[in-house]
Amino acid sequence: MRVPLSWLRDFAPFEGDPIALGETFDDLGMVVEGIERVGEGLDGVVVARVLEVHRIEGADKIRRVLVDDGTGDAVQVVCGAWNFEAGAVVPFARVGAVLPGDFAIGRRKMKGVESNGMICSARELSMGEDGAGIMVLADDVADPGTPFADAMGIQADVVFDLAIETNRPDANSVAGVARDAAARLKLPFTLPSGSLPGGAPTASASARVESPDLCPRFTATVVTDVVVGESPEWVRRRLTLAGMRPINNVVDASNYVMLELGQPTHPYDLDQLGGQGLLVRAARPGEKLVTLDGVERTLGTVGEDCLICDALDVPVGIAGIMGGESSEISAATTRVLLEAAYFAPMAIARTSKRLGLRSEASARFERGCDPDGIDRSVARFCQVAGVGQVDGGAIDVRSLPADRPAIRVRTKRVNKVLGTALSTEQIASYLEPIGFEVARANGAADAAAVDAAAVLDVVPPSFRPDVSIEENVIEEVARHHGYMNIERTIPRRPFVGSLTPYQKARRRLREVLVGAGLSEALGVPLLAPGEHAKAGLAEKALSAPDPLAREESVLRTSVLPGLLRAVAFNQSHRVADVALFEIGHVFGVPAEDSQPLPDEREVLGAVVADAVAAKRVFDVVSQTFHSSVSLASVADAPGLHPTRSAAVSIDGVGVVGHVGEVDPGVLAGWGIEGRVGWIGLDLGAFLPVTPVYRAARPVSRFPSSDIDLAFVVPDTVPAAAVQDELYAAAGDLLQSVALFDVYRDPERLGEGRRSLAYRLRFQSQDRTLTDEDVAAVRARLIDAIESGLGASLRG
Amino acid sequence: MEEADVKTAMEESLARVEGGDLGVLKRGPLVDLNSRLKELAAEDRPRFGQLLKDARQTVQARIDALAAAKESAERAARLEAERLDLTEVLPGPPTRGHLSLVTQTRDELEDVFVGMGFTVAEGPEVETDWHNFEALNIPKAHPARSGFDSLYLDWGEPESTLFRPHTSPVQIRLMQSQPPPIYAVMPGKVYRKDTPDASHNATFHQIEGLVVDHGITFGDLAGTIDEFIHAYFGPDIQTRLRPASFPFTEPSAEFEVSCAVCGGAGCRTCSGVGWIELGGCGMVHPNVFKAVGIDPEEWTGFAFGFGIDRIAIVRHGIEDIRVLLDNDLRFVTQF
Repeated sequence: MRVPLSWLRDFAPFEGDPIALGETFDDLGMVVEGIERVGEGLDGVVVARVLEVHRIEGADKIRRVLVDDGTGDAVQVVCGAWNFEAGAVVPFARVGAVLPGDFAIGRRKMKGVESNGMICSARELSMGEDGAGIMVLADDVADPGTPFADAMGIQADVVFDLAIETNRPDANSVAGVARDAAARLKLPFTLPSGSLPGGAPTASASARVESPDLCPRFTATVVTDVVVGESPEWVRRRLTLAGMRPINNVVDASNYVMLELGQPTHPYDLDQLGGQGLLVRAARPGEKLVTLDGVERTLGTVGEDCLICDALDVPVGIAGIMGGESSEISAATTRVLLEAAYFAPMAIARTSKRLGLRSEASARFERGCDPDGIDRSVARFCQVAGVGQVDGGAIDVRSLPADRPAIRVRTKRVNKVLGTALSTEQIASYLEPIGFEVARANGAADAAAVDAAAVLDVVPPSFRPDVSIEENVIEEVARHHGYMNIERTIPRRPFVGSLTPYQKARRRLREVLVGAGLSEALGVPLLAPGEHAKAGLAEKALSAPDPLAREESVLRTSVLPGLLRAVAFNQSHRVADVALFEIGHVFGVPAEDSQPLPDEREVLGAVVADAVAAKRVFDVVSQTFHSSVSLASVADAPGLHPTRSAAVSIDGVGVVGHVGEVDPGVLAGWGIEGRVGWIGLDLGAFLPVTPVYRAARPVSRFPSSDIDLAFVVPDTVPAAAVQDELYAAAGDLLQSVALFDVYRDPERLGEGRRSLAYRLRFQSQDRTLTDEDVAAVRARLIDAIESGLGASLRG
Repeated sequence: MEEADVKTAMEESLARVEGGDLGVLKRGPLVDLNSRLKELAAEDRPRFGQLLKDARQTVQARIDALAAAKESAERAARLEAERLDLTEVLPGPPTRGHLSLVTQTRDELEDVFVGMGFTVAEGPEVETDWHNFEALNIPKAHPARSGFDSLYLDWGEPESTLFRPHTSPVQIRLMQSQPPPIYAVMPGKVYRKDTPDASHNATFHQIEGLVVDHGITFGDLAGTIDEFIHAYFGPDIQTRLRPASFPFTEPSAEFEVSCAVCGGAGCRTCSGVGWIELGGCGMVHPNVFKAVGIDPEEWTGFAFGFGIDRIAIVRHGIEDIRVLLDNDLRFVTQF
């Protein structure tokens, strides 16, 4: 909201530095987003008449000009603008003037010609954007020598641009801002009183309210003998400074009152209203109306919308939001019906949101206007419009609750919440200047007795609908005491802070992956329709009926699509060797309708060069957290390569994810070249939720012995099975088994078979192994593999 | 045997050593003289024994020196042959990956709060309307709801399930799951139907804090924010609180930090005001306590929250926040 300082001064004597006043606004929660100075830098600028214009020898851009600046002598200046000739009336900056932007005018010489001042453009005077030519004024604007500001009716002013919080409808007005700031600065605040036109209600119009719940107070005032024309200069100036365009005296007065007091009003052309009156009611389903912006609106379809109709029940406006075209004020209007009402805030908010239609009026009504401020606003409208005769008394239809209940405010509670040591009288002193009625405890005759009672019964003013409980009052006390004046303390914390074992493990997982060369991707939890299927996954997922964009409308069930998109993106930007991981949440469609939320899990997804790279990264990851995991080939993991993928299981837990490669068909669909290795793990199952401390095994002092064995094994037998069998047959002395060579040669080994070479290391804790020991183990191993797995020792 | 014989033998030995015979003390003139010691008179033997020993030591020292020089020359030649220019090594595995800036920032923030005695709480990203709004004193039709630009999902009743637009529902779940005292922060992903631009993403990350204990005051809130800001941004950064409005706190405040770029004098980064708005905070609203069954007369508390992504872009001088979600390795690998 734009608030001119001169307007604020109508209500309280604000003096001094506008910057300091701005800090007061800030500190009260009215955020200063800008401070604009207008009409400054015009001292020494006068109206002048151009007497003669001459060419300068050897110059084609500038001319020599003689002006009459009211001093009696013709003053010579050099001017670079060509949009005027002799006789023109112009703004003239005398030598010594300092224009906006600290531009000092001095005496200077150009092409040997002395220039004693400057003829100004609109831009040089901060009067507009035009800087191409000088500002040519009306011939009769004023006599030469008249100060330019006087001739143009310009007054120096400061305009504050304030952001008002949603809970402060009272501060959405010049008077409200002034009230708050005056209270903080301990300045007197005066709000002129005003009442509705009294006497018998007007006979020239009618007003009826059918839906008092939507409109608890409605007033109608008739003004006759109206001549629609331009508003006085001061009204136009203030509206312009506040950012509103002047239209005509009637509409301007309505806007002026809204800006000044926060009460929207609506003037109708009474003679255009059917039946010469208004009816307030809920819209019937499907009712239509063309609003002032020329758009046809349909109402009453969802929930209740409040309509203003004429006395013949024809809609003429959407209550509190926007009027209709039919009864607009025009040049021909002579009788005005002024509506000033209090509409139910929730109803206005609902209708405004549903229609996507917001106005200055709806913004104020939905936050809650002052139902008791209507009287003053109507009086002020008549004053500002300054035309016509009030016809009889106002019609006032009200169903407001009689009184606002008092709120009990306990001094102890105030200090307990704020950490202050305020006295009861201090609390009262913060509340009274902002309009709160404060009742001291019974019989408390002086300040000491008030403090001793330590309670206040506080009735918030009608313009503070946001205040209804003790905490709301405490916030007001804190605001006017000053948030920054509350001593900062640090609570004694009873705990040692720490991450959970899961959170620590997840950080470690990230570090291990980064150490393995993978970078972290950040995923969006929503996908485009079809992206699951494009990644080879089931398309069944939750989705958003009303998304921001179709591309983000389906809740992901996997991080695979997002990572494939990242691979494709990076490939298309010539980044080779993409290795990415994401740790994020995925969402399964619940099996039961009764489940309140989807099956949400935290998972790891990683994309690397191919299945071999995936397996190697996986080994590093799994060895970080588990002493043993097992892999089993799977042909039907969604989205994965049917012959190059395996399921990951942990003893006692079950399958926790997959490692392998993405299906080549899927990759083709994303336009990805080459292979993409994949690791997918359900972290809730995979990461330890309690710290794991592995038991130590002493390192033997005795030498170890190795046995190297190569077996020719059918492709149908996984290497993991051979390894398991070796472990089982090796006995207690086994230290490690390592596969060190895989070799295929159909001619020498036969079709469908390969050679797997293992090195097994043996060691005893208490002796050096003998050749006999080793030979016995070797024989046992060969026998186990040959008899158990249909393999043969490679000769 | 004369003393001169010893001297001669020693000089001859030294000459042979210089000639490359490093075995001269095993087969040479000093060995010969030594074998003739027994020919001497008994009283002369110790003196000549000592002379011979001295001579052998002199020769041995020379042998050692030459051997060392030879070995050193050989080592130098060998090492020279192995010379490697480490700057010409081809890049290869292992290479280093990079954590996302959001994770890096989140970890730093978590560490500061853990150091201050807080735990880190997490919760679901898809939430019920009750946890996300109702329990936070934002009933249906509350005007504040529209400000969240919530993304509702097709599960349950219409507008009953949504992707959380703030991490506050984790506060509700935490208060439901444990009695006070509570000292926790809640970092996490949120989503708002807000068209992305240079300073907004629809998907972004927040961290909130919640303290509930006996005797917690607004002064504690201001002090805790101050403590955190100093620990994270440094001792020179100032904080200030300004009245604001949130449904879930009362009194409420925005908290701001003095601009690190200009030190508060006003510059482009802070739009000339010297302060940068960081987040919202306030004393937990009694209705929130009531929703989770905590007695607001017995317990008081405060909550605060701010954006992780925004801190990351300010810290790293990023002009367009959308780059955080691009997963563009040319960007990610810079950090």
